[in-house]
Amino acid sequence: MAIATRKGNFGVQKTRKKRSSAVLRPNRSRSGDVFIWFMLAIFGFFFAFPLIFAINNAFKPLNELFLFPPRLFVINPTLNNLQDLFIIMSRSWVTFSRYVFNTVFITAAGTIGHLLVASMGAYAVSKYEFPGSKMFFNLVIITLMFSGFVTAIPNFLVLAGLGWIDTYWAVIIPHFAFPMGFFLMKQFIDTVPQSLIESAKIDGAKEWMIYTRIVIPLIKPAMLTGMIFSVQALWNNPQANLIYTEQLKTLPFALSQIVGSPHTPNIARAGVGAAVTLVMMVVPITLFVVAQSNILKTMANSGIKE
Amino acid sequence: MASVTATAPTSTPFSRYMARKRVQRAYMWNEMKKHKTLYLFLAPYAILFTVFVVAPVGVSIFFSFTYFNVLEAPRFIGFQNYLNLFLADDVFLIAIRNTLILALITGPVGYIFAFLFAWFINELPRYLRAFVTLVFYAPTIAGAAFLIWSLIFSGDAFGYLNAFLMQFGIINEPVLWLSNPQFMMPVIIVVVLWMSLGAGFLAFIAGLSTIDESLYEAGLMDGVKNRWQELWFITLPNMQGMLMFGAVMAIMASFAVGEVTQGLAGFPSTDYAVHTVVNHLVDYGAIRFEMGYASAIATILFLAMIYTKSLVGKFIMKIGR
Repeated sequence: MAIATRKGNFGVQKTRKKRSSAVLRPNRSRSGDVFIWFMLAIFGFFFAFPLIFAINNAFKPLNELFLFPPRLFVINPTLNNLQDLFIIMSRSWVTFSRYVFNTVFITAAGTIGHLLVASMGAYAVSKYEFPGSKMFFNLVIITLMFSGFVTAIPNFLVLAGLGWIDTYWAVIIPHFAFPMGFFLMKQFIDTVPQSLIESAKIDGAKEWMIYTRIVIPLIKPAMLTGMIFSVQALWNNPQANLIYTEQLKTLPFALSQIVGSPHTPNIARAGVGAAVTLVMMVVPITLFVVAQSNILKTMANSGIKE
Repeated sequence: MASVTATAPTSTPFSRYMARKRVQRAYMWNEMKKHKTLYLFLAPYAILFTVFVVAPVGVSIFFSFTYFNVLEAPRFIGFQNYLNLFLADDVFLIAIRNTLILALITGPVGYIFAFLFAWFINELPRYLRAFVTLVFYAPTIAGAAFLIWSLIFSGDAFGYLNAFLMQFGIINEPVLWLSNPQFMMPVIIVVVLWMSLGAGFLAFIAGLSTIDESLYEAGLMDGVKNRWQELWFITLPNMQGMLMFGAVMAIMASFAVGEVTQGLAGFPSTDYAVHTVVNHLVDYGAIRFEMGYASAIATILFLAMIYTKSLVGKFIMKIGR
């Protein structure tokens, strides 16, 4: 029976197959595709160019850095700049590895704590309506617009009162309240079907069980996205005003000491400066690349729709 | 007859109001007791959020009505800070003008770019999406890498743009891109747009990929002819949450431009040509330690953002209707 129908519809099947392999969806035009590729190519160049330039600069010997006319690509790549950077760093009073540890510790602790605290709160606000829940979420949305300048002065006073100034906690704990992660997770948990939670409840699961066994596995994409924003915020954060003991200071601060301030660059160390730009750039970008593939994967696997 | 109703205490408007309140309060209390586990879930975040985000804003607004130099106790001076800002501080008016120019250009353009690119990327074959997303998002995540633009726009002949233009004979001598007021604003706009594909862009990409495929099939049945119609009638109405989020991010980024101007054009910039409200805030908060005055600047910035957000929100709710 099945064979007969297949044979009978052979022609129809064939044309249909051909069409679906030619274009993504039926209502797509060739010229539209060309336009999209063209736009992406032009703007992609605009977006990629400065970073390609920065990466190449890090491998240029000094005579190429001050070449006229300047070239985009390096001719004789050298690792001298990176070497110089590590030599300067290892000669410093506080070792390079200590700065790296400080930065990694602050970034990791801040991110993990933030994801845990924010996802718990987001679950409560997203899946239930209780007195104050709506108001709280609206407050979070408004605070998404804060750029840190508004809260800087009172924050310092609070942290000083708690005695946390000049410890890691001065940076880590306030970061737990990062509004962006809370917002993103609440929005994602909204898409978790209510029926899933109800049925777990009928099976006798308590809130904590639902949160750990159902919600967390389903919101991995949001967790990873939250992680990226959190790392981005902490990694480039010099926090010079909250931590002043040299041994506790972070990488961006140490590097800015070597290169000089942006507007009065240390010309003799132009090569090292380029290397610093590369080093600071590599970690968040690498992390993004790794997490991005994970996001796409989890998105494809978490295909439960209401 | 009227005296009878007046003596019955349960039926005066006021007592009826009180009774209703009492019932409401009892209901509220019951609701709260019923959800007490949820309050425990929310408590860690809510406490930190209140202490480190909400309360500081309140405190900052309070400081804006005082003279406060950190060393002495704040002294209440009413609206004096605000009056000084608008009537006596010429630089602040320049800062407002520059911030508005930046916000009105980079905000909408950056927002529309973020959505268009996200949408274009979503139209690409699956294997290309991750790479192209990275190309567009890298400038934002690379943090201080925007300083590379100071080499590109450098005012001497070694500056990349100058050398390029001189080689092709378009200009004869180097242009001071970052210290000639004529060119500073356009240069800053270019760099801000370069960095503008932030969180909103990622939200758009995530949102586009999670829209139910069957909606498009249904749209096809209903006579959607091309991808632009699909975008307007199906995609956009299903992405209002993401669109609002992107708008909030765009407003934040475009009003809070300050780091870029300071890094590229210096502080203060020539003729205050790209001096923004945030630069002004840093000037008074971190250099002159006039915290009351700085808080007043912060409050104005904050109110402008909230107002813009409510305006944009109303517009977004009308999309696809």
